[in-house]
Amino acid sequence: MSAKPYDEMLDALGVPRPHCRRYMEWLHQQPAELLAAKRAEADALFHRVGITFAVYGEEAGTERLIPFDIVPRVLPQDEWQKLEAGLKQRVRALNAFLADIYHEQDILRAGRVPAEYLLCNTQYRPEMQGIDVPGGIYAHIAGIDVVRADDGAFYVLEDNLRVPSGVSYMLEDRKMMMRLFPDLFAQNAIASVEHYPDVLLENLKSVAPQGATDPKVMLLTPGAYNSAYFEHAFLAQQMGIELVEGQDLFVRDDFLFARTTRGPQRVDVIYRRIDDDFLDPLAFRSDSVLGVPGLLTVYRAGHVTIANAIGTGIADDKSVYPYVPEMIRFYLGEEPLIANVPTWILRRAEDLAHVLAHLPELVVKEVHGAGGYGMLIGPAATRAEIEDFRQKIVAHPERYIAQPTLALSTSPTFTERGLAPRHIDLRPFVLSGREITIVPGGLTRVALREGSLVVNSSQGGGTKDTWVLGS
Amino acid sequence: MLSRTADHLYWMSRYVERAENLARMLDAHYRLSLLPRAPEALMQGWHATLTSLGVLDEFRALHPDGGAHEALHFLAFDRNHPGSILSCLSAARENARAVRGTITSELWETLNATYLDSRGFGGNTAYIDVANFIEWVKYRSHLTRGVTVGTMLRDEAFHFASIGTYLERADATTRLLEARWRDPGGAGERLVSEASEWAVLLRALSAFEVYRKVYRESVTPWRVTELLLLNADMPRSVHRSLFDLLRNLGPVHNSQSAETERYAGELHARFRYGRLEELCADGVPQFLDQVQERLNGLANRIGADFLVSGYAG
Repeated sequence: MSAKPYDEMLDALGVPRPHCRRYMEWLHQQPAELLAAKRAEADALFHRVGITFAVYGEEAGTERLIPFDIVPRVLPQDEWQKLEAGLKQRVRALNAFLADIYHEQDILRAGRVPAEYLLCNTQYRPEMQGIDVPGGIYAHIAGIDVVRADDGAFYVLEDNLRVPSGVSYMLEDRKMMMRLFPDLFAQNAIASVEHYPDVLLENLKSVAPQGATDPKVMLLTPGAYNSAYFEHAFLAQQMGIELVEGQDLFVRDDFLFARTTRGPQRVDVIYRRIDDDFLDPLAFRSDSVLGVPGLLTVYRAGHVTIANAIGTGIADDKSVYPYVPEMIRFYLGEEPLIANVPTWILRRAEDLAHVLAHLPELVVKEVHGAGGYGMLIGPAATRAEIEDFRQKIVAHPERYIAQPTLALSTSPTFTERGLAPRHIDLRPFVLSGREITIVPGGLTRVALREGSLVVNSSQGGGTKDTWVLGS
Repeated sequence: MLSRTADHLYWMSRYVERAENLARMLDAHYRLSLLPRAPEALMQGWHATLTSLGVLDEFRALHPDGGAHEALHFLAFDRNHPGSILSCLSAARENARAVRGTITSELWETLNATYLDSRGFGGNTAYIDVANFIEWVKYRSHLTRGVTVGTMLRDEAFHFASIGTYLERADATTRLLEARWRDPGGAGERLVSEASEWAVLLRALSAFEVYRKVYRESVTPWRVTELLLLNADMPRSVHRSLFDLLRNLGPVHNSQSAETERYAGELHARFRYGRLEELCADGVPQFLDQVQERLNGLANRIGADFLVSGYAG
């Protein structure tokens, strides 16, 4: 990692980039005590509002705040428009791929993606084969992780198509910034994000099963002890829909019902925040108490829409990720507008040899890992950690991919010792319904530890408000 | 509305109301302890309270030689005792958290802040702190109620939360009265008039001025009992609580709840049309026991008709 990371706000000489000039001027005029007071206020407010997440591996019910940085991440309009077009293109191709995989599998027959990568993958759900989903949409909500490298270009790091989370922080961070610094919003034309729940609800209604005139949409959560419970409750409230747990639902005569104070009520659309494995103990993991017995039968009968669809994991699997540019060419006949990060697939012998020879420089990820767990960051690892990982790779090369260590872009961030650059990424939320919509920006995550490249909240990451400036 | 949601709303309110009424009980003890009474009267009063709450055995098992200090700690601060004020505030918050999407953000924030602040209490039970704690609990309960009434849509969520509040209040008022009736108080050498002891109960229930307005005569046990059971306008009376409960039960009517409405209506009618002499012909504590049993029966019926255990599936 010799290259100097790209800073989002300051150019190589430390001069504010044109689109950040006004903000930086403002920031430097603010007395340090005022900013400290605002930071404390933000902390107190987040606590009171209970915007917390549970941490796995700690005592049950442990709640923590996700650190919030009061310096926003700012994107100029032209950059955003390019990103937006690239993201829409990508999600269109991913949905086309899912529809194809669960029907004719043209892309496999054309030999553009190796069939054994897909059909033997645990993320492929044979139960989905031949099911027609409304509008042909599988990934209704996609969280596409985008990073900017030292060359200033954006790359897609990861597609999250199962139950992507974080959008509540995008919305709450914005609310917080508007509360702390209303004058900034009066002075700068900052694209609003508040309409996200409306768009989401509209989309969810638009994919209801045929014949549902006033579709009933409900959000299915694993419950109050799930790490993202705050978000589930928040979104249900913002959309004005019921927040249900598996125990609140039941199946009768191939239809799905909720237990209500006025008796059983039909459910048409489930926005689920539970993994496939736990959705239906009769079809998937039989020990699941979170799901609804018989749900898959209702789904297969076309009497309920599940968003995201079952089996989307086959399209965001890390072993399939390298083929997304190929999907864009195959289904859309276009060239990808946002590049992939170059990726070595370690089940390929030549890739494996190269990676084993360059481990200290690379990032190695588990194919099925998530949340920043189970990965090796070569430049930051000790020799022992590298050797340890080498043995794991040699034992099961098919479980890993490797990528060059990207110098993620940085943004000025408040630290204990004042303003300092910290690495960031961006997760825009791409919503597919009758059309594809992205509220401008997304969730910016920031690695608060100096030099750290891991932005996941479970690993000490924080968040920033993301501004897309008007033209 | 989901049965489980209704269940959480109902318990959320019950726990807030329970915390407030426990604070009022402690308030009564606190005020009594400032009167010049025989030392043994103090502990007799606590026994009466623990008995009326049905936790005397539990208390004795934990504190075989427990005195006033232990009793206070047990009812106010003991986090391992699910019936303590701190446990109730925590349970209220847990129930609210489960339905935070259904209640207004203001209500959730109020309950969450109450819980967060409550963690600062409990180490010290010096007298002045207890008084502050009691005031704080009452204040947070007032605030919660104000936020509920001031921000919530008058839909099912509001009705189920209200049903929880009024059922708990009716029950608590009978227990406060029962504790007073079962407390021999100044038996033996009387340093304090009976009227003063009953006035303490009125003050603990914020009902002293109300009493003066309604009766314009000196405080007697019988009048206090009448006020707290039968007065239609006294907000904490059993009569008023049942009236308020009925008003919220009607709108959530479903195809199996007719019998529950009848049951609640019948109970309300006894307080609306009954005479204290007849109702309490067998003794006041006996009557209060019957009422508690009835309220318990009503709670079970509401649970079966509307809440988790109940409908559909």
